[in-house]
Amino acid sequence: MMQELGYLKESASQTAGPYVHIGCMPSYVGLDGVYPENLGRTMLGEGVKGQQITIEGQVVDGTGTPLKDAMVEIWQADAAGLYNSPSERRGQADPAFSGWGRQATDADSGLFTFETIKPGAVPWTDGRMQAPHISFWIVARGINLGLNTRLYFEDEAEANDADPLLARIEHRNRVKTLIAKKTDAGYRFDIHLQGPDETVFFDL
Amino acid sequence: MSNAVRETGAFFPRDREWHPKALTPGYKTSVARSPQKAPISFGNSLSEITGPTFGHGLLGPLDDDLILNFAREGESAIGERIIVHGRLLDERAKPVRGALLEFWQANAGGRYRHKKDAYLAPLDPNFGGCGRTITDEDGYYAFRTIKPGPYPWPNGVNDWRPSHIHFSVFGDGFAQRLITQMYFEGDPHIPLCPIVNTIPDKTAIDLLTARLDMNATIPMDTRAYKFDIVLRGRRQTHFENRPEGM
Repeated sequence: MMQELGYLKESASQTAGPYVHIGCMPSYVGLDGVYPENLGRTMLGEGVKGQQITIEGQVVDGTGTPLKDAMVEIWQADAAGLYNSPSERRGQADPAFSGWGRQATDADSGLFTFETIKPGAVPWTDGRMQAPHISFWIVARGINLGLNTRLYFEDEAEANDADPLLARIEHRNRVKTLIAKKTDAGYRFDIHLQGPDETVFFDL
Repeated sequence: MSNAVRETGAFFPRDREWHPKALTPGYKTSVARSPQKAPISFGNSLSEITGPTFGHGLLGPLDDDLILNFAREGESAIGERIIVHGRLLDERAKPVRGALLEFWQANAGGRYRHKKDAYLAPLDPNFGGCGRTITDEDGYYAFRTIKPGPYPWPNGVNDWRPSHIHFSVFGDGFAQRLITQMYFEGDPHIPLCPIVNTIPDKTAIDLLTARLDMNATIPMDTRAYKFDIVLRGRRQTHFENRPEGM
C-alpha cells in the first residue's frame, strides 16, 4: 500500500438558484433592514484614481433570451495595475478602489451595470504584461458552476494583440467575444452562454 | 487576524469531473444556460490569485443570527432552531481564515422572501432568510437559524427541493469563489432532486450533507448541524521560478 496524498476534495458547486439575491444583494428584492447596503454595490470611494467608466451588458442564454435572475461579480486591478488584495505583493493599491463589484442582471431589462475605473495592466506569470482586463464571474439559476470570463477593451487593440491569454485562444474568431465595445456611456459587454456567439469561458 | 504572510501560489486545478457539468438536462434550466464549447485553461496569473477580502467591521451584531436578524422586537422566527457550524478548509486541509460566508434559505415552510417566489406556504413575518459571517483564525464559522422546509419547483411535474441552505464562499483568491448548497442528514428528497443529481459522484453529494451534531447542541434550546466546506488549495512555491513580485 502506498502512502495517501491526503488532499481534501473541493466542495462541489451547486447552482445559485433564482433567489441568490436574498443572500448576496437583499435590498435588490426589498429585503431591507438586515444589512446597511448590498455588498459590492459601490466600488468607488472618494478621490478614486483613474478614468471612471460604466460597463453595461446582458447575459444571454442559448435561445437569445437575456437572463433576468443572474448575479455578476467582477474583480480587477486599480488604475495603476495593482490589486486591492492581501495577496498583492507589488505595492499598495488605491485604497479608494475596492476592485470588486457585484450586480444583478435587472429583473425587467436583464441589464447589469458597473460603475468602475479602467484598470491598469497587470503582469502575466512570465512577467510579460497582460492587456487591461476585468475578471467576470457569473452565477444564476441553471448555471451549475460559476462561469469565469474576462472583459477586454476595444480601444486597447495593441495591448490586446500582445495579451498572453488572448493569444492562447485557438479559434481566433472567438477572441472578439471578450472585447467590450466602446459606447457613449463607457463600454458594452454582452455575455452569451451558448450558441454561435458563445463567449469564451475559462477553466482557471 | 494572523500576521502569517498569505500564500500566493497558484490554485490546484478544479476537478471538473467532480463538480456538476454545465449541461445536466434533468435540471431543465441548465439546457439553455450551459456553454457548449470547451473552457480555455490557463495557469493562474495575479488576476486569479488575488481576490477581495472583508474585515470583521463589515458584520452587524445579528448578521449570523437568522432567528433574530429580521424579527420584530421581542419576537423570533418560527421553526426548528438550529446552529450550523463547521470549518472552511482548503484542499491541503489548511484553515481558510478571515473569509466571508454568506447564506440564504427559505423559511420553515419552504417559502423564500423573494418577489419571484409564489409558493402558497406563507411568509414568516419574523424571518428574512439571509445571513453572513467571517471565519476565525482556525477557519471556524457558526450561525443560528431555523431549519428550512422543502419546497416544490417547476422542473418536473412533482419535483421538490430537499431542505437546503445556500452558501456563497470567498477565499483568498477570486479563482476560489464558490457557491454551493448544504443539505441535511437523512432527508429522503436528496437522492430524488435533479439539482443534487447534477453532481456525478455520490461521495461529493455526501460531502454537501450536514450531519446532526449532538455535541454542539444547546440542551433545551437549539440543535446543531456540522458542515465543513473545502475550497481549492494552493501550490507551495518552493523551487518555483517566478519573476519578482509575482
